[in-house]
Amino acid sequence: MAVAAEKNAPDASEKTWHGVVLQTLKRNEIRLVPYVPDRVLTPLIRGLHADPFFTTFATAREEEAVGIVSGAWMAGARSAVLMQTSGFATLANVLASLAVPYQIPLIMFVSERGTLGEFNYGQSLVCRTMRPVLDSLAMEHHTITRFDELEFIADRSIKQAITTQAPVALILSPLLTGGKTFDK
Amino acid sequence: MSSNSAARNTKVMNRFDLTSRLIAKLKNEEAVIGGIGNTNFDLWAAGHRPQNFYMLGSMGLAFPIALGVALAQPERRVIALEGDGSLLMQLGALTTIATLAPKNLTMVVMDNGIYQITGAQPTPAASVADIVAIAVASGLSNSSWAADEEDFERLIDTSLSATGPTLIGVRIDDKPGTGATRRDPVQIRERFMHGMGVRELL
Repeated sequence: MAVAAEKNAPDASEKTWHGVVLQTLKRNEIRLVPYVPDRVLTPLIRGLHADPFFTTFATAREEEAVGIVSGAWMAGARSAVLMQTSGFATLANVLASLAVPYQIPLIMFVSERGTLGEFNYGQSLVCRTMRPVLDSLAMEHHTITRFDELEFIADRSIKQAITTQAPVALILSPLLTGGKTFDK
Repeated sequence: MSSNSAARNTKVMNRFDLTSRLIAKLKNEEAVIGGIGNTNFDLWAAGHRPQNFYMLGSMGLAFPIALGVALAQPERRVIALEGDGSLLMQLGALTTIATLAPKNLTMVVMDNGIYQITGAQPTPAASVADIVAIAVASGLSNSSWAADEEDFERLIDTSLSATGPTLIGVRIDDKPGTGATRRDPVQIRERFMHGMGVRELL
């Protein structure tokens, strides 16, 4: 049992991309992490659930998660939302009518699908809508491709979002995470 | 249709009157989240409080925003006011709230069966669905229709000391909102954060 548990336990150390994200969230006192799941995000989600520091749970839609973290921020709690590219594509309305005009430091981690080996044409098209939406609202965003830059970009971006009261999207590239591949 | 008959037997009330009755009951700096349009117009008209938050878009997110407030401040009671059309945009949120089961969250659904503000078109749910039954089926067992104004006040009183989330459905008339919220999102947020005790005003 112990061996099995250890084998299934996520590696929350800073040797993995998801371990770095988890520890960076923790260092920045981000305790509330709603998400809509994604295959690539699975080890991060498992790590968050395994750590009592975090309150983490699934929501039915990404905009619901944005609503939750907006309310939490206004009541004094720091939060971040996890989603996939296709989930980000559902957010234009809530970004433009809540996060940006109310100046909410919405912190989003987006697992990038639709590029670098995508096997579903629809996913690749959805991916192309993401950066134009972010740019149209002049939102801060970074695409993280390298493990050695991950902690710096994530930590600095979280701090900037909070101090400037502005949303940020951190896009986790397949170059960082390995992405999702067509195996059969 | 039998499940719908209970709803149809409830008294048709008025949004502004019910909102005013609710606000008059709040003595402990409870947070109140007003959904878009008429719901927050009537919240504004009932008398501004620093603990009120007014949405200016993002239809359907009053309950999720209120959930976030409730999770961040478990000792504070949080009330969310939402229209039936708005709730239809985000029914999945009911299941999230049922799963997390915050004890300090009261949800009020103002159900007139129409999109009043856009020209009173019927919602797709109007003649076939029962919002309270949907809430119960979503896992929010403490959900009920208010039969009349006194029943609404009783349900609010009960919810303010409940040990789980409460949803109250109220059938309302087709009147528009009474006031018009000042559309200044940054000021709305700053004042609300001040009301939540997390920020001093400049």
